[in-house]
Formats: sequence, structure tokens, C-alpha cells
Amino acid sequence: MAEIFLERYVYVMIVVLLCVGMYGMIFKRNLLKKLIGMNIFQTAIFLFYIEGATKMGATVPVIDPRYGTDPANYVNPLPHVLILTGIVVGLSLTGVALAFLINIRRNFHSLDDQAIMKEMSK
Amino acid sequence: MSALPILIILPLLFFAFIAALVGIWHQRLSRYMAVLGVTLALAAAAQGLLTVLTVGEQRYFLGGWPPPFGIEYVLDPLSSFMSLVVLCIGFFVVIYEPGAAFYQAPRKGIPVYPLLMLLLGGLTGVVLTGDLFNLFVFLEIYSLASYTLITLSGKRALVASFRYLILGTIAGGFYLLGVGFIYFATGSLNMADVASILPGICTSPAIMAAVALIVIGLSIKMALFPLHIWLPDAHSYAPPAIAAILASVQIEVAAYALVRMMLDVFQPYYLCNMLSINSVIAWAGAAGILFGSALAIPQRDFKRMLAYSTVGQVGYIALGIGLASPLGLIGALLHILNHAFMKSCLFLVAGGIRYQTGLREIPWFAGLGRRMPLTMAAFVVAALSMIGIPPTAGFFSKWYLILGSVDSGNWVFVTVILVSSLLNAVYFFGVIERVYAKPPAGYPEEVKAKDPPISVLAPILVLAAGVLGLGLINVVIVTRVLELVVASLY
Repeated sequence: MAEIFLERYVYVMIVVLLCVGMYGMIFKRNLLKKLIGMNIFQTAIFLFYIEGATKMGATVPVIDPRYGTDPANYVNPLPHVLILTGIVVGLSLTGVALAFLINIRRNFHSLDDQAIMKEMSK
Repeated sequence: MSALPILIILPLLFFAFIAALVGIWHQRLSRYMAVLGVTLALAAAAQGLLTVLTVGEQRYFLGGWPPPFGIEYVLDPLSSFMSLVVLCIGFFVVIYEPGAAFYQAPRKGIPVYPLLMLLLGGLTGVVLTGDLFNLFVFLEIYSLASYTLITLSGKRALVASFRYLILGTIAGGFYLLGVGFIYFATGSLNMADVASILPGICTSPAIMAAVALIVIGLSIKMALFPLHIWLPDAHSYAPPAIAAILASVQIEVAAYALVRMMLDVFQPYYLCNMLSINSVIAWAGAAGILFGSALAIPQRDFKRMLAYSTVGQVGYIALGIGLASPLGLIGALLHILNHAFMKSCLFLVAGGIRYQTGLREIPWFAGLGRRMPLTMAAFVVAALSMIGIPPTAGFFSKWYLILGSVDSGNWVFVTVILVSSLLNAVYFFGVIERVYAKPPAGYPEEVKAKDPPISVLAPILVLAAGVLGLGLINVVIVTRVLELVVASLY
């Protein structure tokens, strides 16, 4: 049991981060905290990809005469590239969401979900 | 390899850029650029469908890298059909009068049309791509464009759009996680390549998790009951033209992505109903049909009623996907096409009424039938089609769905479809009765009301004619296009 945990502890951490992020997005009343939850959620997914790409004892994916052309000697570069794109997507989402929050704050003078609901139902 | 698939996406993305540049200087010029871009893309999509039907599948390898290493764009019967639907609706929305489309003509420098082009570019990208990760990127491009476009109409829309952004990101995240599982289990991101590897390892828990995550992610994006909670607010607060494009094609592209995944990638799961995945989708669809249609009845706000009706209509599509039979899937795909035409027509009618009279609540529509005869005639055609009265298009897709349900021996679904037609009739006849039979209220907005100018009326009338036309030529669409799509199910 302990061995399984030690082998997979990164994945356990990722699941914990996913849950923290989901909790923040769904249950926090403050909209800014929802956004922070969203960022934690996305980071957990990025870590999942990065962890999947790692290999023990492998090196950077640039062909080096010392290690030959055996792919087992190199870390898989593709997930890193995918996640670079994923980070850009996450960044633009955060940017747009922050712009919304500034405007919500200006219009409703609050970022609290329930205060905004009250203001909207008037 | 043929360049045709990329020629549908490129004009949209290129003219989004051009429209943004000229938009700084002149808003109207920005709109012309958008019209030009969408027209070019529409022409390419029409050419694409013709080529696919006469010659066969067309593939384009981005950057010249052949799959499974590079990204490929695929034009097959399903994707060429869907891209044509998306761009048709996109064309009518772009030529629609800006003043009616966004409540008031957008001021100089507000990049409305570039965003609209990015939305359409993202949608066609999702439709045409043959790569799992590329699909995620286009999914987020169109989602970002729609979040921003929804906020154009004021402060309530801001809050609705922020909620949609949070849920949309959860959906995108689930999809991305699922793709990660697939990639680490198969070592490939190309849909066709993954599909060829999956049958050997389809009992692996990683793949099962991937199927569940991707189906949940796409169900949020397509607003399948009970994951629809973002939809009513986002669609009813969005400006009319944006609501038209969101309700008619945006959520249906997510439904398309689900069909594509189930039919082409997860075929072993889809055909054998492994993990009961089809039953879950079909029953969620059936529940959504009843829920959406029932909640549409008490709404006073016209656009909000249409938004709840969208929740119901998505249910029909999901029901057809979940039936996993040729007839059911034909019904679902035909309903995607029909719903695109009728719902965009209804939202543009809502925009026209608002533009001419400033009215948005149904109780005040009394007597508009005589003052705005052409607009209301278009409304009646689209509403009859929503109810499913022949010879309008809506009847035929429901007919195929009922045939599919009977075929699979599920009488509950038959009952659900019939009952929901009744519910649709209740809320649409409620509006029709008010518009035609109630005496005019005689308040100033109503007395002054007349049919909107041609730039508003033309898209509405063409779409209404399209609803009738699609009903008449549906046999051709089914036999020439859709039967090719579902051929792998026989």
C-alpha cells in the first residue's frame, strides 16, 4: 500500500489539487476566489501532463552523441509543448476573467456572489 | 492531400485580423471585411461538401507533417456537412443589421466583428480538425470569443458570462484531462490513429476514465441536462445576434464533437454500449427535453423562453446520439441542422422586435401580428417547426428520432418526444395567440410598430424560408449526406 502511494504520489497530489480547484470554483462565494480556484484546477492538469512525460534517468530531448538515438534515453517533449499551448489558453482565460471582474466590481460594487444576485434581482 | 479543409478556416482567421485592424479606424468597414471573410469561407465549405460527395474524403496536413505526427484537417461527409451549417448561420448573423444585432450599433473600436469571426473560426476548427489536442485549442478559442461577446449587452450579461467562463473552463479541463489519459495510453493524438489502437486496449481503466472525462466535458459545453445551468442566463442576456449564433451552432458544435468522438474515436464503447455510456447520454437527453420544455412555458421574457427551449432541443440531439442506431443518429444530425435554422430565426425575430419596438416580454406582444406581418410570419414558421408540424423541417428530425426509439424498442423515449411536442405547442401557441388573436394594446410602442428595415428582415425571411425548404428537401440530405455518415453503424 505504502509502495503504491510512493510510486504514484505525484498523481495523488494532482487529484488533491484538482479537487481544491473544483471546490474553489463551485463553492466559494467570492468571484475572485472562484477565479483562483480555476487557476489551481488548470495547474493541476498541466502538472498531470508534465508528470506523464518524465522518465527516470533520461535527459533533455536534444539528440546527444553520448546517449545515442534510443528514445528511452530522452524525456518525451510532446507533453511539454502541449502544455505550453495549454498555459497560453489558461493565461488568456484568466485575462478575460479578470477584465470581467473589474467590470463587475464597477457595476455592482461587490465581488460577492450573493450580493450580486440580490442586486440583479432588483 | 488537398488544401480544401484549411481554406475554410483561413479566411475566417485572416479576416478576423483584418477586421480588427480596420475596425480601429471605421466600424462599418470592419463589418464589410467580416462579410467578405465569411462569404469566402462559405464558398469554400460549399465547394468542400461538393468535393466530398463526388470525389471522397479530403485531408490537409498542417505544415506538411503527415499524421500521426502532424496535425491534420479532415473533410469527410460529417465535417463538411457541419461546417456548411455553421457558416450558413454565421453568414446570416454577419449580414444582420448591427443596430438590431447588438441592441445598439457598436461604437468605433469595439471589436465585435473580429470576435464574431474568431468565434466562427473556432467553431469550424473544431469541426474540421482530426487531432485531439487541436480540438481543445479550437474549443477554447470559440469559448473565449463567446464569453466576450455575451458581455456586450450590459451588466447582467457580465455576471452570466463569468459563470459560463468558470463552467466552460471546467469543461475544457475535463476534456484536456481525458486527452491526456488517451495520449499516455496510446502515444498518439491523431483521431484516426487513436481509433486504430483503442480496440486492443479498450478495457484499460485509463481509457475508460478518458471516455468518462471527455463525455462529461463535452456535455457541459453542449449544455446537456443536468449540466445546462449556465445556458439560460448566458443565452437570454446575450445580444440577439450572439444568442442566435450561440444557441443555433455554438452548442451544437460541441454536440458534433461528441458525435465525432463516439463515432470515430470511441467506436468500441459506442457500438457495445460499454460503461452504459449511450444509455446515460440518452436518458440525460430525455430528461433535458422535458425539463427545458416545461420551464420554457412560464417565462415572460421572449429570449429567456427561447433559451430554455434550447435546453430541450439539445436533449433531442443527445437522445439521438445515445440511441446509437442509424435512424437515431440521422435524427440527431438532422435536428442539428434544423435547430440551427429555426433557433437562429427565432432569436433574430426577437432582435427585430426589440429593434422596432423595444419590447422583450411576451405579454406586451399583443397585436404585433398586424403591425409586423412579415416578421411574425417568419416567427410562426419557425415556431411551427419547433413544435414539429409537417411540412416544416422540425417534423422530420423528430420523425427519425421516434423511428429510432421504436427501432430500439424504447417506448419511454417515444412518449417523451410526443409529450415534449405538446409542451412546445403550449409555449409557442401562447405567443402566437397573443400576437394574432389578442386585441392590440394601443400603447405608443405598439401603435408605431412596423416591419423592420430590409437589413433586419432579409436574414429572418431567408432563414424562415430555409426552415420550410429543409423540410421539403430533407430526403435528399438524408440519403446523399447523412446515410454516408452513419454507414459505419450498420
